[in-house]
Amino acid sequence: MTKENMIHIHINHIPLEVREDITILEAAHKAGVKIPTLCHLDLHDLKLANKVASCRVCTVELIGKNSLVPACVTKVSEGMVIHTNSIRAIKTRRMAIELLLSNHPNECFTCPKNLECELQSLAKELGVREIKWIGERKKFEKDLSSDAIVKDPNKCIMCRRCETMCNEVQTCGILSAIGRGFKAFVGPAFDIPMAESSCTYCGQCVSVCPTAALTEVNHTDKVWEALADPNKHVVVQTAPAIRVAIGELFGIDPGTIATGKMVTALKRMHFDAVFDTDFGADLTIMEEATEFIHRMEHGGTLPMLTSCCPAWVKFIEHQFPELLDVPSTCRSPHIMFGTIVKTYYAQKYNLDPKNIVVVSVMPCIAKKAEAKRPELTKDYNTDVDIVITTRELGAMIKEAGIDFKSLPDSEFDHPLGETTGASVIFGTTGGVIEAAMRTAYEWITGEELKEVEFTQLRGMEGIREATIKIKDQNVRIGIAHGLGNARIILEKIRDGKSPYDAIEIMACPGGCIGGGGQPFHHGNDVIVKKRQQALYEEDRNKKIRKSHENAEVLKLYKEFLGQPYGEKAHRLLHTHYEKKDRI
Amino acid sequence: MPNVQIEPPHSDLPREKFEQLSSYIDSLDTARGALIEILHKAQDLFGYLPRDVQLFVARKIGIPAAEVFGVVTFYSYFTTSPKGKHTISVCMGTACFVKGSDEIFQAFKEKLNINSQETTKDGLFTLNNVRCIGACGLAPVVMVDEKVYGKVTLEDVEHIINTYRKEDSI
Amino acid sequence: MKIDSIHTLEKLKEKSFKKVYLRNPNEAIYDDQKDILVCGGTGCIASDSNQLIKNLNLILKARGYDHKVNIIKTGCFGFCEQGPIVKIQPDNIFYVKVVPKDAKDIIDQHIIGGHQVERLLYKNPTNEERIHKHKDIPFYKKQLRIALRNCGRVNPEDIYEYVAFSGYEALGKALAKSPEEVIDLIKKSGLRGRGGGGFPTGLKWQLTRESEGDIKYIICNADEGDPGAFMDRSILEGDPHSIIEAMIIGGYAIGANHGIIYIRAEYPLAVERLNISIKQARELGLLGENIFNSNFNFEINIKYGAGAFVCGEETALINSVEGRRGEPSNKPPYPAQEGYWSRPTCVNNVETFANIPPIILNGPDWFSSIGTKESKGTKVFALAGKINNIGLVEVPMGTTLREIIYDVGGGIHKGHKFKAVQTGGPSGGVITEKDLDTPIDYEHLAEIGSMMGSGGMIVMDETNCMVNISKFYMEFIMDESCGRCTPCRVGTKRMHEYLQKITNGEATMENLDNLEQLAYMIKDGSLCGLGQTAPNPILSTLKYFSDEYISHIKDKVCPTKECKELSTPKNREVQI
Ligand SMILES: Cc1cc2nc3c(=O)[nH]c(=O)nc-3n(C[C@H](O)[C@H](O)[C@H](O)COP(=O)(O)O)c2cc1C
Ligand code: SF4
Ligand code: SF4
Ligand code: SF4
Ligand code: SF4
Ligand code: SF4
Ligand code: SF4
Ligand code: SF4
Ligand code: SF4
Ligand code: FES
Ligand code: FES
Ligand code: FES
Repeated sequence: MTKENMIHIHINHIPLEVREDITILEAAHKAGVKIPTLCHLDLHDLKLANKVASCRVCTVELIGKNSLVPACVTKVSEGMVIHTNSIRAIKTRRMAIELLLSNHPNECFTCPKNLECELQSLAKELGVREIKWIGERKKFEKDLSSDAIVKDPNKCIMCRRCETMCNEVQTCGILSAIGRGFKAFVGPAFDIPMAESSCTYCGQCVSVCPTAALTEVNHTDKVWEALADPNKHVVVQTAPAIRVAIGELFGIDPGTIATGKMVTALKRMHFDAVFDTDFGADLTIMEEATEFIHRMEHGGTLPMLTSCCPAWVKFIEHQFPELLDVPSTCRSPHIMFGTIVKTYYAQKYNLDPKNIVVVSVMPCIAKKAEAKRPELTKDYNTDVDIVITTRELGAMIKEAGIDFKSLPDSEFDHPLGETTGASVIFGTTGGVIEAAMRTAYEWITGEELKEVEFTQLRGMEGIREATIKIKDQNVRIGIAHGLGNARIILEKIRDGKSPYDAIEIMACPGGCIGGGGQPFHHGNDVIVKKRQQALYEEDRNKKIRKSHENAEVLKLYKEFLGQPYGEKAHRLLHTHYEKKDRI
Repeated sequence: MPNVQIEPPHSDLPREKFEQLSSYIDSLDTARGALIEILHKAQDLFGYLPRDVQLFVARKIGIPAAEVFGVVTFYSYFTTSPKGKHTISVCMGTACFVKGSDEIFQAFKEKLNINSQETTKDGLFTLNNVRCIGACGLAPVVMVDEKVYGKVTLEDVEHIINTYRKEDSI
Repeated sequence: MKIDSIHTLEKLKEKSFKKVYLRNPNEAIYDDQKDILVCGGTGCIASDSNQLIKNLNLILKARGYDHKVNIIKTGCFGFCEQGPIVKIQPDNIFYVKVVPKDAKDIIDQHIIGGHQVERLLYKNPTNEERIHKHKDIPFYKKQLRIALRNCGRVNPEDIYEYVAFSGYEALGKALAKSPEEVIDLIKKSGLRGRGGGGFPTGLKWQLTRESEGDIKYIICNADEGDPGAFMDRSILEGDPHSIIEAMIIGGYAIGANHGIIYIRAEYPLAVERLNISIKQARELGLLGENIFNSNFNFEINIKYGAGAFVCGEETALINSVEGRRGEPSNKPPYPAQEGYWSRPTCVNNVETFANIPPIILNGPDWFSSIGTKESKGTKVFALAGKINNIGLVEVPMGTTLREIIYDVGGGIHKGHKFKAVQTGGPSGGVITEKDLDTPIDYEHLAEIGSMMGSGGMIVMDETNCMVNISKFYMEFIMDESCGRCTPCRVGTKRMHEYLQKITNGEATMENLDNLEQLAYMIKDGSLCGLGQTAPNPILSTLKYFSDEYISHIKDKVCPTKECKELSTPKNREVQI
């Protein structure tokens, strides 16, 4: 930025020299002046910018202008004199909150967002002490139709973040403002229940909703009940992305690895076995890498797409039903794991699968619905019985009275507890494909891979590509995270213009570290990056960093499954997809 | 506009109207930005915009159904329920209001025993209040279908209703 | 035939002149030919003017006069309250309230017999005298018709009539100049936007021209949502070519090759006439490629609204034209920077456009000689409410409200007492007796707490309750709020609830105080003009009629008895 592009402004009498292309909000931040915001959200890394300027909580006084202006979208200009804390600005801001609250069920006690709610904290920050303008309140039915998302429009403040997320970032087009004026609300087409829509349950709308208008279905009570039932053998598995995020719920710095504390906490909650979904991830790599090589060698459909993200799977079923032969048929890691628990593990320990309860702790909301898919539940009682999110696990740990911060470390249980660095990085965008390449490389070349880190596959760009030389072949790899980016890649495949052999897709921006079930980042996307760094660090700390070197996985094949991608593996670890309507 | 083949939904709505709508959409240079025109056309054809029609439009032009529904519910001109044989629109614009159109409206509500936006049981009348139809010189104004009645008095209300009732019973 | 130069246009004008020479005030060639002009505006069609035209034709034929007399269906004469209007030229006789069965007398007595039909002449409401000549009617005396110049004069469906009255000459002239010169000329004229804001039109054109981008658009805002205003409709119905001509000129000036007319779906007649005009202009080469051999190309499309008042706001309008929910977006960026499909876009109102050709033809000095210091030219007002001469009037800026209401408007209906006049529609405010001598222009109206708006002027008499009126406006605004921003979405609802409480006799003085506070904050905090002006009717009635509010609240009495709950004895007892 050259000197000419700098301009001079005053904020609350503080003279400032700032770039000419920033907003008043950004300028105020530089001056150490805090302007409250509610609807505004600008996640640079995740490419989400909600600029509807609808809440009017950030209004400030501009000398020389009649009405107040919203700081979140108003650009600075030379000579601007801004008052963020004049009585007029403060009163108008408070009015906005009071008006919102006048049309709000003020039931914070029992609300899933209690103490995590941006509206609630603003009411406190702005010193709202009474709601002067009471009047009629909109009344809506809560939408409890889906297994993943609860929609409660009574608590919606029309910030439109969810719409921007769903339509612009995820391009799912599920949510729209409906009606107008006081009666307006946000919902799917024809106001149908979420379960009837083509919602992917990626949960990204949930992760940006400032209130409890969109939340996950809470399954913690089911877990408590299972734990209390003496006839049940309750097994828990935790996804890779949990360990680098759960600490945030207990005031631990983002990016801290808390695997050991998490395992201790789970053990103190009296789960009968505490396992790592990473094991399932290694299993996935065994299957997926074999399938990939098989497709390469037998002229199968290429590119092959990864399939461990259920939101992404649902997306392709609704939006690109003509491409259903492209994704790998591998079930997702936690489902594979559930299957193994209900078969191999049950046999080995002489347990009746009916009495085993598998609980998955996931960064993900979509996995709640995935676990209920008919083709994944028909054979073995249910493969995964209950899915809870990182946030729900955090809440349970608090309920159990466990002081998380001071816990000692412990190790996952065996025999399904051994994991590799490859499986850990499943939790970030680029990780699945990197893990697969570590295995595919060695299998195809028969040589040892010395440099296991494929840094060309890493990063936060929405779509990345790289070519990896394996023997005499160039394997062209594409990576997309966020469903909008996935759409771009899929359109290319549909039009026969995709140059790739293998593609990794994750529905959530950033991958599972940014999943819809993770602790709320409240607009600070640096947190997501820190989680990513932590996963790579965990990978580096592992002795074994390739899935096919996981001894317990190899033993599983030897004792039970037979060949990777063989008949039994196929029956137990693979699945199929079906064409679904688009609404 | 690329010719996208979308099968009309299996519904009670007449298939040929879907075909007409489809060829109207195909005749546009581009469907980009044309949603409102398309919905006008659809409402002309079907008389209202039922769910199947909205879904058809969404799929045909390749936009989310939620977006179509969001637009349909934003504009008061669009309706999602079938209308009566005759639409009675009472002007509630300012010029008409200060000349007492609220009382006229009230009288229609009572005589027809329905509320605004509702249709009588026999399917004969739908009652609407509109905001100025540009005939303020004749305030208060009532419009039945395309016909405008100016300087309407309370006594005229019964008479207007009966005109259409009679016409219909013939 | 194609018009490819000023020269061919002039030849066409000469040729077309015989179609209209009877109607040209400067021509004294009288023979036994006559033109019967019948109003074909929406108001008059509503009172059967189409049937009247049919009858006139039939009788003319039957009497064998059809070759001597032309029947011309024109646009609105502005005097809608007295419609259907018939004017006979060159006699300059003006008949009012003509019903289909009067056709016989008009032909037999007037056309054949040469005697005026006395009972159809306009009767002066003050002295009951019949007035013979059009120009003597007080309604027209103080008017100066620039924007409405052709309404009630030409057949709007005939481009040749428009050409005969110098139509498209301004376009020819403009295309011979550089775009900058055209902009300069408009700037010099002092023309300001008639859509409400009063932004200088020339400056808006310049800003759009200077905005970066090779594709630009010009949009005609024909949404006219203000209930009680119908000037844009009348211009589109009565003189559609003037809008088309002005849009081409505007397009040339700002560098746009594409124009869009955004029009209310409730205006089918205007749409039909616009479509006819666009087709005619295209046939003559006035739209399309290489207009007037100048290498300038221009096309016009029509887009329809679908019943949302807020779509008159320019950013909402653009969203709607793009086929989306018509929610406004925060400004800046202004449309001139980032508009239709994010390209620089100039949005102008219908009446603004209607002024463009005369300015180019007669020069900026002529235009700026009319009006006041800051507001040049004329303004069209839609006079409605409790006034005798309901209709459209066009007067020079600076005319006083008293002149408009009493001289042009003929005073208050049925001898009632004037109470207030609302200008600026639902966003405006009331003006009382004491300010009636204010000369009307943008500045003065704002000074007395109202605004120009689009030109609706609703007159109220002593039987109108001001609390009730402001409740009425608030209900309108509440229903039309797009729901995007908090202050307007929830705030207008709350304001309406307070007013409801007051008119029901359930409010306290504290409520009134809260209402006023809320009103100021909504003005400050709302995203678009709709919310920012929503509280105006409350604030202005509170300013002038606070006693009426207090009477509702403290005494539980509605002084005008308009509020039903407060006019029955039962409620009065509560008070005692
Ligand atoms: C709520 C609202 C409604 C409006 N409605 C209209 C309208 O119906 N017609 C119009 O020309 N301008 C309307 N405007 C003003 C337009 O936003 C815009 O300023 C105008 O079209 C610009 O044209 P002008 O410069 O020629 O006046 C409205 C503004 C607001 C805030
Ligand atoms: S959404 Fe927020 S403000 Fe509303 S009840 Fe829940 S916690 Fe309270
Ligand atoms: S914060 Fe106040 S209202 Fe809430 S529980 Fe505590 S005392 Fe009760
Ligand atoms: S879960 Fe995902 S797809 Fe479903 S509504 Fe939310 S953002 Fe859209
Ligand atoms: S559901 Fe949540 S994110 Fe969506 S508009 Fe409402 S409050 Fe905002
Ligand atoms: S895909 Fe995501 S949720 Fe599934 S195992 Fe991997 S990290 Fe966990
Ligand atoms: S990216 Fe991970 S968290 Fe997000 S939907 Fe997919 S599996 Fe779930
Ligand atoms: S002020 Fe009203 S109309 Fe304007 S954006 Fe806000 S809610 Fe919509
Ligand atoms: S006194 Fe009655 S009639 Fe008058 S304004 Fe009040 S409520 Fe209306
Ligand atoms: S944060 Fe700026 S308007 Fe909502
Ligand atoms: S206000 Fe009723 S027609 Fe204009
Ligand atoms: S419509 Fe005929 S005079 Fe206005």
